[in-house]
Amino acid sequence: MTNDFKKKKSQKEQTFGDVMRSQGVSRRSFLKFCAATASMMAMSPAMIPKIAHALENARRPSVIWLSFQECTGCTESLTRAHTATIESLIFDHISLDYHHTLQAAAGHAAEEAREAAMEENYGKYLLVVDGSIPMGNPGYSTIAGISNYDMLMETAKGAAAIIAVGTCATYGGIPHANPNPTGAVSVNDLIKDKPIINVPGCPPIPVVITGVLTHFLTFGTIPELDHLGRPKVFYGQSIHDRCYRRPFYDKGLFAETFDDEGAKKGWCLYKLGCKGPTTYNACATTKWNNGTSWPIEAGHPCLGCSEPDFWDGGGFYKSLSMPTENITQTAIYTAAGAVAAGVAIGAMNKSKKNSAIAAHDKTTIDDLEK
Amino acid sequence: MSSSSVVQFNIQVSADLTQNVKPLLHEIKHALDNLIETGQTTIIDLRSIPLAPGEEDHILKTLGLGEVQAKLDALGLSEIIETQYAGVWVVTHYNDENHIISRFIEITTMPEILSSQTEDIMAAYSRLAITLQDDQEKN
Repeated sequence: MTNDFKKKKSQKEQTFGDVMRSQGVSRRSFLKFCAATASMMAMSPAMIPKIAHALENARRPSVIWLSFQECTGCTESLTRAHTATIESLIFDHISLDYHHTLQAAAGHAAEEAREAAMEENYGKYLLVVDGSIPMGNPGYSTIAGISNYDMLMETAKGAAAIIAVGTCATYGGIPHANPNPTGAVSVNDLIKDKPIINVPGCPPIPVVITGVLTHFLTFGTIPELDHLGRPKVFYGQSIHDRCYRRPFYDKGLFAETFDDEGAKKGWCLYKLGCKGPTTYNACATTKWNNGTSWPIEAGHPCLGCSEPDFWDGGGFYKSLSMPTENITQTAIYTAAGAVAAGVAIGAMNKSKKNSAIAAHDKTTIDDLEK
Repeated sequence: MSSSSVVQFNIQVSADLTQNVKPLLHEIKHALDNLIETGQTTIIDLRSIPLAPGEEDHILKTLGLGEVQAKLDALGLSEIIETQYAGVWVVTHYNDENHIISRFIEITTMPEILSSQTEDIMAAYSRLAITLQDDQEKN
């Protein structure tokens, strides 16, 4: 039976069901996979039979993965996904035709693989991007002599959809942080005529990356997105709303330092700078490191890494209720007779950029001890 | 039943921190009533509910162990356990590294994953037929 399948269909023609049968995966194992997938994608368990039917018939897609100004943390996250067997099934199914870090080919051979995949699957391939794109100077980041901008625009043309993985690709991320020396921008800033799925996080949760891939495989469409282009199934609720420490917030019980009685009792970390109330991600339920824990469970406030400009939010250990700008300074600008409020804000931003360059703010031990 | 916690954290929490434990147990009771009245199966995904450390264990302890404890070896281990309340099952799927990838409470007469699947039965029939044919040819 296995050999028959191999003979009848080329690799590209194979459905997900074919791939699994050819690997000797039983129907019962497939049901288990679908149950885990439904759970991973925050879908109702009632969807399990529908997922099974759709996945069985899903075709093998070509995937091109481009890495620009990034730290490879997103790829590290993905390749350490804790549901190893499940992810490996997905990876066995997709045709990952280009990925700097994971591919064996290098130099011209690598670029030829990208070009061949684009030509062969024009209009059908999935483009995954991690890292931001420098617009200050094309030479800031190049691959095989091609600027990040040129490679993105060329590869995006024939893509069916684009998945921007990580905060750098979705919002510019750390390269975009003040003073943004490379003029880093996001995929969304440059591409306007393709469906883009933003999967932010620094890095994103591994199963969220594979969950988006699985959704595309299962339904052939992009998932429902929020106003920032993020899949609602993973980014639909705030960390705060799903946090197991939320009852302490509601009762007004807060840890004031990292080693006081409140911290030891697991009280709310809001006053220690937790960005949970303004951060939308799946950490609270999906968790990290083999589902062991997540930052808040480990006693550290959420940094808000899946939100735009999280690096410039005014300090990781500053409570959200504390102003991030110098209020007195803003008042002076306004009182000085600026006609429009925008002028004051513009001046403030310029001043902030200059002072950030001069001071190059760093988090110190003192900050942590506040 | 094995605990879901890989590491025990030194955080003091009450058993009902999120207030989600009792409503969940009531949901199971209602689902059991529904199973009796209409035969309809209900599946609850424990991952979809915010639970504090220790609360999932509290739920599992309340449900307890019943008469059936099955192990399934398919893409890693799975445990299918009937609780002390007949019709209430806890299905836990592990990956190859023995980490929990999903856990469901199923209110049903028998979780579907325990039944032999039609596709597997058909494949089994073919395999057995080929084996017997080979034996005949040898003799």
